[in-house]
Amino acid sequence: MNIAVVLRQVPDLIEPPEVDPSGTKFDLGAATFILNESDDHALEQALLMKEAGGGTITVLAFDFGDVDNTLYTAAAKGADRIVKLLWQEADPPTPHVAAAMLAEAIRPLRPELVLVGVNAHNELDGVLPPFLAQALAFPYVGVIRGVQNGPDPGAVSVRKEFPGAVMAQLQVQLPAVLGILGAEQPPRYVPVSRIRAATKTAQFEETEPSAAVDELPVAVRRLYPPAASGHAEMLTGSADEIAARIMTLLADKGILK
Amino acid sequence: MSAQDVLVLAEIHRGAWADITRELLAAARELAKLTGGQVVALVLGDGVPDPAAALSAADRIIVVNDPSLAAYAPEAYVCGAQAIAIAEQPRAVLIGSTSIGWDVAPLLAGRLKCPLVTGCQSLRCDGDKLLVTASLSGGKMQADVEVGAGLAVLMVLPGVFRATQETGAAQVETRSLPVLGESGFVRFCGWIVPDASDVDITQQDVLVAVGRGIQQRDNVEMAEELAQSLGGAVCASRPVVDAGWLPPTRQVGKSGMTVAPKLYLALGISGAPEHQEGMQGSELIIAINTDAKAPIFDIAHYGAEADALDLLPALVEQLTSRKG
Repeated sequence: MNIAVVLRQVPDLIEPPEVDPSGTKFDLGAATFILNESDDHALEQALLMKEAGGGTITVLAFDFGDVDNTLYTAAAKGADRIVKLLWQEADPPTPHVAAAMLAEAIRPLRPELVLVGVNAHNELDGVLPPFLAQALAFPYVGVIRGVQNGPDPGAVSVRKEFPGAVMAQLQVQLPAVLGILGAEQPPRYVPVSRIRAATKTAQFEETEPSAAVDELPVAVRRLYPPAASGHAEMLTGSADEIAARIMTLLADKGILK
Repeated sequence: MSAQDVLVLAEIHRGAWADITRELLAAARELAKLTGGQVVALVLGDGVPDPAAALSAADRIIVVNDPSLAAYAPEAYVCGAQAIAIAEQPRAVLIGSTSIGWDVAPLLAGRLKCPLVTGCQSLRCDGDKLLVTASLSGGKMQADVEVGAGLAVLMVLPGVFRATQETGAAQVETRSLPVLGESGFVRFCGWIVPDASDVDITQQDVLVAVGRGIQQRDNVEMAEELAQSLGGAVCASRPVVDAGWLPPTRQVGKSGMTVAPKLYLALGISGAPEHQEGMQGSELIIAINTDAKAPIFDIAHYGAEADALDLLPALVEQLTSRKG
């Protein structure tokens, strides 16, 4: 199967997000970028499908953040083609713009399946995978945990997650875009030596697709960390001291018998 | 219907009204007071039971019964919602940030070429503009978003709005729509329910919950040991389940289980809104996290800015010595 996978860079939330002086945008100057978590699962799902049934994987990503490292890692894991979409702006493309540009880059690849992480934590006025499906005129379904080939020809079988750990088994006619929440197994680890080797062998194809997107009347007036509605009573001290306080609390509440 | 009305997409999950439906109706009632319109619920299905009692917070209830809507299929749902939105021209369509909502809301906004805002937590008006406060970055940031005049699709976070006691006329109208999507692209084949042999975390009095801060699969065993000593079970936030360290039956949150134990001990969990939704009803929440600004501390009763991996052995040791 010919599979396209979209990988996005997002700010690592280990560091608190910063707001720029305008008060309406993230200050990405000091941000550390990482691969969007559900996109990592989308790549893993593609690799599993390739291992099960053959085919090729083309990875597409905007030239943004720490993308080269992400792309070399994807190559080391088994991606066959790497397409980098040139992007000069300081901020990442909005989901609308990204969908239009990605569709233009993906169309000539004629993929049977496009896998994208179901969302990204910095999306606000759009969701990339369904927008991309519409731009490609492909059917879409998201919140997917696991994709398998068949059983019917030209189709895949997917599990869509619902509350209560319940899944819906769906059959999706190809070509299609799927919004991946989780792969059938955790994203694989790839040794640094293989990533280093990929930096010498992997070739990036670069493209600069255009995107004509209508402006929609949405504007951020203010971006800010939420004010806490309440706050925990904080326990301080060494690990042993905190553990002792917790034991006392549990005893007082009748939880510790 | 008028351009001031608020349309709500009701959800039925495996034959029962999903909680999000009543929450959306509560949000819609608040917004409709400001827009001066009515609250209109849209129910898509086949053989839908009388919705008047369940959706009594609505002024009108539009029911579209169609065989293509008997089981969830994104295309049919989007076509149904699109047809009603075009016919009714509401000010806003409210859709839950749910498994169905993550498909339908963006696809609907794309079809209608109208704005979409995700993660909505509060809705108000400023003249002819909608002002939406939305959560992003795993609950670590909020944005006040201005949406211009015209139809907008708003994805509302579950658990933010409480079901309202207010009632509307709940007048039921049944509509027929000619063609509901090109059926067959996505076909429902059946439900996969969780393995009943695993622990039911919704029935536990004590839950030791592990998150990304647990770092490795091996460390889950230590949390298991603590949970067993406390007479409870281990559960997890999404990253731990995604990593395959615990099964989906142990996941707490929006798409996992909703729990309300006597004790919820959260180890290395930051507390994204999706996770909070599943555990905020716990009687006693104690949170351990290295990030003093982690949202989990906003809803925990007690907290410690500490490494869960340092605290776990200390807790196990003290519990063991207490038991002699």
